Amino acid sequence: MSLEEKKQQVVEDFSVYDEWLDKYEYLIELGKGLEAFPEEKKTEERLIKGCQSRVWLDSEERDGRLYFTADSDAIITKGIISLLISVYSGCTKQEIAADDFGFVAEIGLKDNLSPTRANGLVSMIERIKEIAG
Amino acid sequence: MLEQIRQQFPALSAQVYGKPLVYLDNAATAMRPQSVVDTWTQSVLAGNANIHRAVHYLAGVATEAYEGARDCVQAFINAPSREEIVFTSGATAAVNLVASSFGEAFIQEGDEVVVSAAEHHSNIVPWQLLCERKKSVLKVLDIHDDGELAVEQLESLLSPRTKIVAISHISNVLGLVNPVEEIVRICHAKGVPVLVDGAQGIVHEPVDVQALDCDFYVFSGHKLYAATGTGVLYGKRKWLDAMPPYMGGGEMIKSVSFAKTTYAPLPEKFEAGTQNFNGAPTLVPAIRFVQEARANASVQKEQAAITEYIYTKLIEDERITIYGTPFAHKIPLFSFAVKNAHHEDLALILDKMGIALRSGQMCAEPLMDRLGVTGLLRASFGPYNTLAEAEYFVKSLEKAINMLM
Repeated sequence: MSLEEKKQQVVEDFSVYDEWLDKYEYLIELGKGLEAFPEEKKTEERLIKGCQSRVWLDSEERDGRLYFTADSDAIITKGIISLLISVYSGCTKQEIAADDFGFVAEIGLKDNLSPTRANGLVSMIERIKEIAG
Repeated sequence: MLEQIRQQFPALSAQVYGKPLVYLDNAATAMRPQSVVDTWTQSVLAGNANIHRAVHYLAGVATEAYEGARDCVQAFINAPSREEIVFTSGATAAVNLVASSFGEAFIQEGDEVVVSAAEHHSNIVPWQLLCERKKSVLKVLDIHDDGELAVEQLESLLSPRTKIVAISHISNVLGLVNPVEEIVRICHAKGVPVLVDGAQGIVHEPVDVQALDCDFYVFSGHKLYAATGTGVLYGKRKWLDAMPPYMGGGEMIKSVSFAKTTYAPLPEKFEAGTQNFNGAPTLVPAIRFVQEARANASVQKEQAAITEYIYTKLIEDERITIYGTPFAHKIPLFSFAVKNAHHEDLALILDKMGIALRSGQMCAEPLMDRLGVTGLLRASFGPYNTLAEAEYFVKSLEKAINMLM
């Protein structure tokens, strides 16, 4: 799937939920399904600032494409980072750098999170961009 | 009866995400009653002029309202004189004023300042800044595992170098009333003055600064239903007289020349610059509300019922740990952790159920370290909260926990 298709998929997946609690339920499921992240990788350098919870993001480059792994001690945040990395894993640096991350606003995630929480989301996006940049 | 109280607070009838707002973040800030809103409006519309200096009519109206608020605060905390009531922008500003100004006059290199392990950052950082500046030492009075202050350790913590003890009346995390009278007695026996951080205490406990005999008592207006940006520093005259001004500017001077400036008498000496003359008068209806609520039997009954209900529900739930457990000293403020559920997740889900409560470190990182947690959830109740809301909170918490398991 291309980046555009993946983003479209996320928007569609999210659109079936009207209620915010259902969207959270969906994010919680995503969070629970995230691949285990090794404890020894939870270092200060991989920690993303700006969240009430802690988020660790790691990446590696294979054949010119970036692959992300992540974890968080809070499950909804884990769901959000899971969503982000499922979209951007497998993309080239150029694709990520050129992306506007607009789909995050489209699924209403940004507006419906408390400002401190939205800051966390912004920090996660910034970090992904930083890695690609 | 409680409905009458609630009706005074228009903000409580709000809907959030299509659900009735259940506001349980009162320890962060309280809602304002209509009387406070009206006083503010009145001040802006019919009494808006800079206080003290001008001779025109409006300046007179504004000055009277501002100084009237000082009299009201003086009576409320039974201060010996109105000159000992200094208006600040809040409790934080008041602690900073004392740390800076008292520190300047009385604290030297090698001297010691004592705070407790359960303080808000606002009653830690100003003292740390002072200690850095003066090369003095910050000492910490520990708490017991149940959240009670280790008062029995206080005496041995005081040394001939201890210059001040700064301690909260009620911790914003633990929700326990500290034995401040005993603390003052112990400190005074060794000649050490005491600052009481009353940000939470003033809301929940009657305060008589003469009976308490503390040297300083500070609080914010906004947690006490008054306008934001209002606050009070009570200080014994002997200290305030001996302390240098904190900030320089208008109002606080008697005469200014490049050779020598002399300062205004108390309390203006500590009120530099244009004061919050629109905000300060709101302390009057706010204090009136507090007094009404304290005298209202149904409010008191409901508050006691809420405290007992939440305490019982949380403590009997094996997944939940309350911090600050001795019931005899408990106010309706509950900080807790849920096993295997992150405080942020719970707060986020409860928010969508219409419940406003606090999550995180609550401006008390050293206390979080002491308790061995990265953050907590906090539900803090006000006199307008109902037992029905408490029940809805417990039910919603159960739902939220189940969503996460």
